[in-house]
Amino acid sequence: MSLSGVSATALSLATDVRSGTIKATEVIDAHLAAIAALDGELNAFVHVLDGAAREAAVAVDRRVEAGEDPGPLAGVPVAVKDNLCLRGAPTTCGSRILEGWSPPYSATVLERLVDAGAILVGKTNMDEFAMGSSTETSVYGPTRNPHDLSRVPGGSSGGSAAAVAAGLAPLALGSDTGGSIRQPAAFCGVVGVKPTYGTVSRFGLVAFASSLDQIGPFARNVADAALLFDVIAGHDPLDSTSLDRPLVQVGPCLADGVAGMRVGVLAELVDGVDADVAARVHEAAEALAAAGAIVEELSVPEVRYGLPAYYLIAPAEASSNLSRYDGVRYGLRVEASDVAAMNSATRAAGFGPEVKRRIMLGTYALSAGYYEAYYGQAMKVRTVIVDAFAAAYRGVDVLLGATTPTTAFPIGAKTGDPLSMYLSDVCTIPTNLAGHAAMSVPFGTGAGGLPVGVQVLAPALGELQMFRVASVLEAAAPPTPAPSPPPQGSGGGVR
Amino acid sequence: MSPAGWEAVIGLEVHCELLTATKLFCGCRNAFGDEPNTNVCPVCLGLPGSLPVLNERAVEFAMRIGTALNCEIRPSVFHRKNYFYPDMPKDYQISQYDEPINVDGWLELPDSTRVGIVRAHIEEDTGKTTHVGGGGRIHDAAHALVDYNRAGVPLVEIVSAPDIRSADQARLYAAELRAILVASGASDGRMEEGSMRVDANVSVRRYGSDEMGTRCEVKNLNSLRSLGRAIEHEIGRQVAVVESGGAVAQQTRHWDEAKGVTVALRSKEEAFDYRYFPEPDLVPLAPDRSFRQRAVAGMGPMPAERRRRLVALLAGEVSASGLDQVATVVELDLDGLVAAAIEAGIGPALALARTANEAAADAEGTRHLDPGAYVKWLRMENDGILSATQAKAVLAELLDRGGDPAEIAAAKGFEAMAEDSLVAVVGEVVTRSPAEWERYCQGDEKLAQFFIGQVMKATRGKASGKAVVAELKRLSAGA
Repeated sequence: MSLSGVSATALSLATDVRSGTIKATEVIDAHLAAIAALDGELNAFVHVLDGAAREAAVAVDRRVEAGEDPGPLAGVPVAVKDNLCLRGAPTTCGSRILEGWSPPYSATVLERLVDAGAILVGKTNMDEFAMGSSTETSVYGPTRNPHDLSRVPGGSSGGSAAAVAAGLAPLALGSDTGGSIRQPAAFCGVVGVKPTYGTVSRFGLVAFASSLDQIGPFARNVADAALLFDVIAGHDPLDSTSLDRPLVQVGPCLADGVAGMRVGVLAELVDGVDADVAARVHEAAEALAAAGAIVEELSVPEVRYGLPAYYLIAPAEASSNLSRYDGVRYGLRVEASDVAAMNSATRAAGFGPEVKRRIMLGTYALSAGYYEAYYGQAMKVRTVIVDAFAAAYRGVDVLLGATTPTTAFPIGAKTGDPLSMYLSDVCTIPTNLAGHAAMSVPFGTGAGGLPVGVQVLAPALGELQMFRVASVLEAAAPPTPAPSPPPQGSGGGVR
Repeated sequence: MSPAGWEAVIGLEVHCELLTATKLFCGCRNAFGDEPNTNVCPVCLGLPGSLPVLNERAVEFAMRIGTALNCEIRPSVFHRKNYFYPDMPKDYQISQYDEPINVDGWLELPDSTRVGIVRAHIEEDTGKTTHVGGGGRIHDAAHALVDYNRAGVPLVEIVSAPDIRSADQARLYAAELRAILVASGASDGRMEEGSMRVDANVSVRRYGSDEMGTRCEVKNLNSLRSLGRAIEHEIGRQVAVVESGGAVAQQTRHWDEAKGVTVALRSKEEAFDYRYFPEPDLVPLAPDRSFRQRAVAGMGPMPAERRRRLVALLAGEVSASGLDQVATVVELDLDGLVAAAIEAGIGPALALARTANEAAADAEGTRHLDPGAYVKWLRMENDGILSATQAKAVLAELLDRGGDPAEIAAAKGFEAMAEDSLVAVVGEVVTRSPAEWERYCQGDEKLAQFFIGQVMKATRGKASGKAVVAELKRLSAGA
């Protein structure tokens, strides 16, 4: 069984709301109805902002009536991953340890969305603290894949991917530390973008691994993803790692095509993945060649070291980032005889097994006597990967590969085997280590009719060529089946 | 002094808070003594999702300190120092580790010995925990209250080389460092408010040995006095341990001011593993030359240089006690007044002595005086218009209420005696005491004091001792 709600694109909704053809309140009501009808099955949302969303929609309609322009996302519902701070709304990262905590401030990206007229519709489910590839480690239980409710949506931004795929929101934000946007996008048959590190402010994103985390868009088509990217990208003085340089808007360049563009099919991201997935990557490469791109096969063997390096660097940073959940100031507190015992009891009760595993891994990797052999070595590997990518990009403009080695796997299939779970990010991790941009574009289906994602990788600040390639792939892609059938009346006047 | 046959080896770690308007990584006020938890925000409370942004002014101040301590100023990297502590909001401290901003400097003590500076790096302060209820101490308090106003306040930690050899020298070092910090404008150096905090690493060895003994770190030294006492005690304790055949254990020890002893806090085995790694939320710090030039622009000369300049001005008129006075006026930032007075023609010994003694007793008030008024005041004594006693009374009034020294003197009835009337009084006194006068004329100069006393009595203190002596000399020469 599978599900879907409202199908209208963000671009058409924003255009219609700005022109007064449709009211933002109608748009939000249709989406809230879809959530009410479908999310019981999907479990994509951990917190629906019904009241606040409706108020925001009323305000957008008033501005339109007053002749003002509410902005490029006027009246467009956006779902946001539950690791993004929204003032006054629960922000839990899918963890018991943040139960009941509402931040007193909003993430920069959410301020930008609101300034652009968007309606924040709810907080979406995720693997606890974004640690996972299936959205099964959340304290709120697993999210289901709209294309097959017995399967995972991918993770860690599985709630956002599922919400967009099922038509509960046309747009969503996720965060991508090792593939947490692209992998669920591929599993759910939607577009998912991991922007260049430093392009989108991290201020207000609850940190998992600070040097790898990056916020990015989910959408059902490339143009909508570009629309959201153009709103959230840009310098933020509150984030010291935010790049302070003029960005090119990708939206206006989507139709520029790929004639003359040099595309490298990255062997390491094709060899070894499931045959149905590999076949789609080769078809995608052929489609680009047919559109005038110069396609070659190439190999960057160093990316194979990405996974082990990542599983030292990310847990190391996480072990430090998650120290603050100590029961002293906010969130869960389990009382005990003294402060140290209270810290331990709180963390023992508040964190799930995957988070604990990574805290232990990271603590070990940074410990005296082990630092050089683990964290230090991993950082050297990271440099090697950066250099290897730089060499590859001297010959090509973008790289092409699979987003995931498989299509969506059944719920529970990998929860007992962390290593096989970790391997589902093998194709996405190298981009995070390099700080580059990459996105997943739906390209046909694999075995069982499940969506397959093809990954477009670009060097730092290469979003423009990346989106142009994605646009051509989208046009050439075999149709991805929409999650269906839409339940009766869920879309209202908005489809 | 170390026990006979033993030498102490001491290095000091000094934390000083910087005088920035805002905290190191956010826009909260950096102020001492405000209502608890009022100067806080998501960043300095370490709320999930918050990120640090480096305060440029703190970097400038760190560079000033590095320059004042003759350090090499280098590109630097921030690291995280990880350990759990309830007054540390993120449960890690953003600090600098193996790539600090300032390295390899030195500090010159007033006696011209140099103490090496290993490093002076930037880091953030923690909050402050108060244990309340029960016995009020950590182990028996009913509960603890945490004030995060101090969390994120910018600090520079200055680590000396183990070049210090005694408790006295440690005190001198701390006093000199404080004067340097104040002179650089980077910190107010107030130990009593905790804006300058000192930890001492102490070890002992047989005199003449080159080996280093096992060291202990002594914490909770809240004044120069407790610094000296604690080190003195710790040296004695370690020597006693070794002399009785034991071995000093590497420990962190707490100075108990009331009992006058150091107490073990934790041993080497219990030491934290801080798991330092580069802070991924900040970028490496590599300010260019023009930033550095701006940072140190307008910074005046440091105490050692100022002492040298003052000694030169004194032109040989400086004794051993004069050197102490020089150190005092420089430490109290009163050397500018002494220099101004000497340049205006005041006798160097008088200018130095009055400033190092009477004015130094209220250094704060003196620093706020108009230098012109101060010089005018010194000139009245210098020229014999006021006696020393009168001059001191005028200064007290000047510091108390301000005003013009001459008017204050007049109001107090200290108007200078006309020269004729003084001559007449001295003549009378001499005539009344022929025996004493005879002895004075034969060279017994001690009798000058006798005559001064007589004249003062006759004039009710209005005469200047100096003028009396001058008249006595004139009379005896003619006798």
